[in-house]
Amino acid sequence: MNKIENQKAWFFVLPVLALVAFNAIIPLMTVVNYSVQETFGDNTFFWAGVMWFEQVLTSERFHASLGRQMIFTFSILAIEIPLGVLIALTMPRKGPWVPVCLVLMALPLLIPWNVVGAMWNIFALPDIGLLGRTLNAIGFDYNFTRQPGDAWFTMILMDVWHWTSLVVLLAYAGLVSIPDAYYQAAKIDGAKPLAIFRYIQLPKMKRVLTIAILLRFMDSFMIYTEPFVLTGGGPGNSTTLLSIDLVKIALGQFDLGPAAAMSLIYFLIILAMSWVFYTVMMRNEAN
Amino acid sequence: MSLELINVSKRVGVEQHIYPTDLKLEPGGLNILLGTTLSGKTTLMQMMAGLDKLTTGELRFNGRDVTKTPVQKRNVSMVYQQFINYPNFSVFENIASPLRVAGVAEGEIKRRVGEMSELMKLSGMLDRRPSELSGGQQQRTAMARALVKDADLVLLDEPLANLDFKLREELRDELPRLFADRNCVVVYATTEPVEALLFGGNTATLHEGRVTQFGPTSEIYRNPKDLISAEVFSEPPINHGDVVKSGSTITLSGGGSWPATGAAASLADGKYTLGLRPHHVTPQDDGGQSIEVSGEVLVTEISGSESVIHFTIGGRTWVSQSHGVHPVEVGEVEQLFADVSQAFYFDASGALVAG
Repeated sequence: MNKIENQKAWFFVLPVLALVAFNAIIPLMTVVNYSVQETFGDNTFFWAGVMWFEQVLTSERFHASLGRQMIFTFSILAIEIPLGVLIALTMPRKGPWVPVCLVLMALPLLIPWNVVGAMWNIFALPDIGLLGRTLNAIGFDYNFTRQPGDAWFTMILMDVWHWTSLVVLLAYAGLVSIPDAYYQAAKIDGAKPLAIFRYIQLPKMKRVLTIAILLRFMDSFMIYTEPFVLTGGGPGNSTTLLSIDLVKIALGQFDLGPAAAMSLIYFLIILAMSWVFYTVMMRNEAN
Repeated sequence: MSLELINVSKRVGVEQHIYPTDLKLEPGGLNILLGTTLSGKTTLMQMMAGLDKLTTGELRFNGRDVTKTPVQKRNVSMVYQQFINYPNFSVFENIASPLRVAGVAEGEIKRRVGEMSELMKLSGMLDRRPSELSGGQQQRTAMARALVKDADLVLLDEPLANLDFKLREELRDELPRLFADRNCVVVYATTEPVEALLFGGNTATLHEGRVTQFGPTSEIYRNPKDLISAEVFSEPPINHGDVVKSGSTITLSGGGSWPATGAAASLADGKYTLGLRPHHVTPQDDGGQSIEVSGEVLVTEISGSESVIHFTIGGRTWVSQSHGVHPVEVGEVEQLFADVSQAFYFDASGALVAG
């Protein structure tokens, strides 16, 4: 069979290419540019090779914030995914309460991120915040601006409050797409609720849960606004996640070279981990 | 073995889904529930299975009242229109699942699944997942699962509806054989009169939540009790005509007249509704007691071996179905022949009075 060559088709791709180049590739290239040069502020640049990369990769500071980032991301995944599935399972599948539940669930997602940070900041203040005062009143010595443990607790609670809804909505979408007949068939077999969850609902939710884990992984790994507004990375450096550290280096210290190198490393970590997640989960599916 | 429905009905809110129904279903041949979508087939089946509560009435299995017995204790199995299998189980495990729940020994499971997969032509694919099978194979797996546990009651809810034409034909041929020597009550729901006729057994015609007629399939087809049963059991739909009997002559509105013979001869004078199946209206005179009818052609569907012509007569639309290719022009007035010796006559209430 003769394959028809149509090189004109490339012209249709050009607009998208131009757009992507403009908003992704070109900015990325400037970062690459900074990452391999040294600058002294008056727009003179000197070749630095992989110096910044070496510096970042060997710095304890980077290791520490990467470690905090990992702990944060895996903690919220460990809480939000099971919790989201659990909530989705308890939501009604038909009837007048469905839209009410959906709207209630979607509400946290509609709040701007900096507002979420500000809300929780005030909410958790030990002297005037509802949460802070209540915790202290019932006997906990709670102060998220002073004690790292409390800061972490608040930060994770805030993220769970803000983003579990996304997992709920995705899991719910997966659940409602299961035809009634599956539940009836299970009932005829005499399957217990746990077996129904394990052998029908979970396998049927697998696809949407993969998406949920990926989205939550990427978003939480890049999180900046909410913890920045809530704790500003403190107390000390205890809640300084990767992105907060990056901004400190780039804008606080104006170390463009190391900041650019760190950005690229940061980007590659997210890319690599997303790829690993996706491949592992999709391979499980194929087997 | 038998399943008896006594005064069974279902009401949800103000809507009557099933009107009080009495049925007695027995093994040997399929029991067919024939009716259009939303006629209540699925509701009726779910009540039989115990998946849906009865509003009134009683369900008896072998004379024993099982109305309140939970579904998992009834030994029923069901096959659905969608292909329902455990998504992450292999075909073997899918078929074996009811046996595992029942705690059957491993060797026995192997033997029975092997036997069943042989019968269902699934032997070569026992290690595959449902997602790696064709639609026909998925539905075979679901059927194998329903059959393997030797249920007393097997419910098949339009199991062939989602299959493509070829596979449907294939499974249609196999189905009666699968149930031939099983001692269980089999209920088969379908929207297609053809399937009912192919499977034989007994048929119940359903219309808007009522079982209008129940009996041996061919008898129901040949002697519809009323207009609705005749309508349900006719594809293309049965033709309706307004006729007047006066003396020994019957006159069709918009058509001709003919002498009343046979059962029609004893009808009292007055107005009746005539029911005539589409294959008794043909472009050529097939003999019998034919009268000429003519009307404007609305639609023609001509396949390789069959012609279907829709035309107007006496303010109604009639359908003619005949073998062979009979090209006619849409919009033309066409001359056709109606074999009125095959006609049914219904009175004003819709009950069959002659035919």
